[in-house]
Amino acid sequence: MKATLLLMNRAPYAGTLARAGLDAALAYAAFDQSVSVLFAGPGVLQLAPAQEPAAIGRKSLRRLIDSMPLYDLEAVYADSEALDRHGLAEDDLPAFVTVLDPAAQRELQDRHEHLLAF
Amino acid sequence: MRYALLVLAPPQASAVHRAAIALCEAAIAAGHALPRVFFSDAGTQVALDSTVPPGDEPSAREGWQALARNHGVELIACIGSAVRHGVLDADEAARFERPAATLAEGFTLGGLGLLVEATAAADRALTFGGGAP
Repeated sequence: MKATLLLMNRAPYAGTLARAGLDAALAYAAFDQSVSVLFAGPGVLQLAPAQEPAAIGRKSLRRLIDSMPLYDLEAVYADSEALDRHGLAEDDLPAFVTVLDPAAQRELQDRHEHLLAF
Repeated sequence: MRYALLVLAPPQASAVHRAAIALCEAAIAAGHALPRVFFSDAGTQVALDSTVPPGDEPSAREGWQALARNHGVELIACIGSAVRHGVLDADEAARFERPAATLAEGFTLGGLGLLVEATAAADRALTFGGGAP
């Protein structure tokens, strides 16, 4: 089986690409694929707690992310430097998310045949 | 080698579409297999039959249609994204009671399972128009 890494690089509500990426991740998991997700760049903001996007007519992406373990999707990672840059701490993240430094992210990429960047 | 493509950029990002089409043509010319291109998010807009690009600019839609016609490449627009972007086949137009189908010839609406299937079978998967690593 091909291991696929989905890179979530977009802020949650700027457009619809963040949602498209999360939907794809859940589809890979629902089809029993070997899939991992890495939140990087502004994409780490998708992990921010207490999102209240109803005010802009959107649904919370954090709630969608919180549902990942229900799809047996727990290989979920976040870029340590992006978390720092966006003022997020490990405590803010869902418990199943692992924080990786840049060297560990390169190793993560090396373990996957495919990288899809959203 | 077998390739799979995921296209996320809207057709207005014409350089992205041109690069993706050129890659497909080069890969096929070099003897590689490229059976399916999957369009998601704003990328599905390229399957919209009702857009009118400026007459002196090559149309991304026509470029993809030529690729499908000449090489049998399957062009799949993610159905979830497509309907949000106004890209409807006859079934979806009827289901959502919209006045007309807008899906261009050569494109098909399909679920994310078709993306999963394409990359699972591919040696190389490439994204066009996503956030660069």
